[in-house]
Amino acid sequence: MKHFTVLDLLDLDLKEHDALDLQCIGGRPGLTREIRVPDINRPGLALTGFFDSFGDDRIQLFGRGETAFLHKLEQSGETAALQEYFGHQMPCVLFTHNLDPTARFFEMAEAAQCPVLKTHLPSSELSSRLIRALSNVFASVETIHGVLAEVFGIGVLILGDSGVGKSETALELVERGHRLVADDAVEVRCIAGNILLGQGANKALGHHMEIRGLGIINITHLFGVGAIRESKQIQLVVGLEYWDSNKEYDRIGAEERHKDILGVKVPALEIPVKPGRNIPIIIETAARNERLKKMGYYSAREFNQSVLKWLESENARSAYFHTKHEG
Amino acid sequence: MVERDVTVKNRAGIHARPAALIVQTAGKFDSQILFSKDGEEINAKSIMGIITLGAGHNSVISIRAEGSDEQEAVDALSSLFDKRFEEE
Repeated sequence: MKHFTVLDLLDLDLKEHDALDLQCIGGRPGLTREIRVPDINRPGLALTGFFDSFGDDRIQLFGRGETAFLHKLEQSGETAALQEYFGHQMPCVLFTHNLDPTARFFEMAEAAQCPVLKTHLPSSELSSRLIRALSNVFASVETIHGVLAEVFGIGVLILGDSGVGKSETALELVERGHRLVADDAVEVRCIAGNILLGQGANKALGHHMEIRGLGIINITHLFGVGAIRESKQIQLVVGLEYWDSNKEYDRIGAEERHKDILGVKVPALEIPVKPGRNIPIIIETAARNERLKKMGYYSAREFNQSVLKWLESENARSAYFHTKHEG
Repeated sequence: MVERDVTVKNRAGIHARPAALIVQTAGKFDSQILFSKDGEEINAKSIMGIITLGAGHNSVISIRAEGSDEQEAVDALSSLFDKRFEEE
């Protein structure tokens, strides 16, 4: 992974309930310091001079309590603990509730080139947002060659060799009112251990697609903002492959097949492609079926249940007729 | 498997035209060909993938090919980089 610095943290483009609203008020030369762990430390004990097991590799969070203590230190004129505190190479110090550091603390931070950040958010809210943002940054990432689309609310990752028709399939899905998340290079992140979030590998390039014979097209401009989506959880994997007459494809669909991505198991289908097979409609149906499964209804299993029930009643009936006939 | 590091020598970096050239060249080979840069790995037969890499002037890309014609594929692709994609 690339280094994640304090500057990168300030640059994170987070919106609404994810926004951190951070601003840097001092110690700018230290903005290149690297954040190595997705954790936060409340430095209460360290400020009193107790440095055993001090989490100096973490972002240091100063809330109301810590800031009040800084004011007390300022009044008493004690600086020994603060001297030692800034002797550590912490990524940055962060003040919540729009609080300001005391004058001496600020001077020492500047001298130690330790970035001083500030936000208007309360400490608990900032902690949860920051941990969420950092765990996204530190999540395991893989770039996958495929197309990610949202079909009836289900995130469908379409995989397959070059030229099998992934982009063309996605184009028809978009045309049918579904949404494109990313074409060709999908960046997949594992969040909270069991959620796979996919987005375009390069956000700056937006939603473009390459269609053989047309070249590069802009989906947002052609189909409107309703046809795109920034990121989406991957809930179904569809592998397209050229029809191989020697291979057995799933004919019933009662068994669940999975694909392992970053250690997460995602329901997976293998769909053979040949002229005359309308792949987008098959994918739409697969997405509908996936929604049914999420509600606990398995078409193939229910069908089999009905078959079994019917056979049973048929058996019973023939047995009845049989005995009646003999009697 | 054959692997080789190449440097983007043309000023403009890998924009649409060089990317198309790379994809056309890579498409002639049966081997699976991957480009990687800064830990990101993409399929060299995908034009959007290559543009997504964002390879500017002087950036280093590692080409990796695996298959029956891996050596020829890597040779052909690295010669494209050496010729600056016939630009300049």
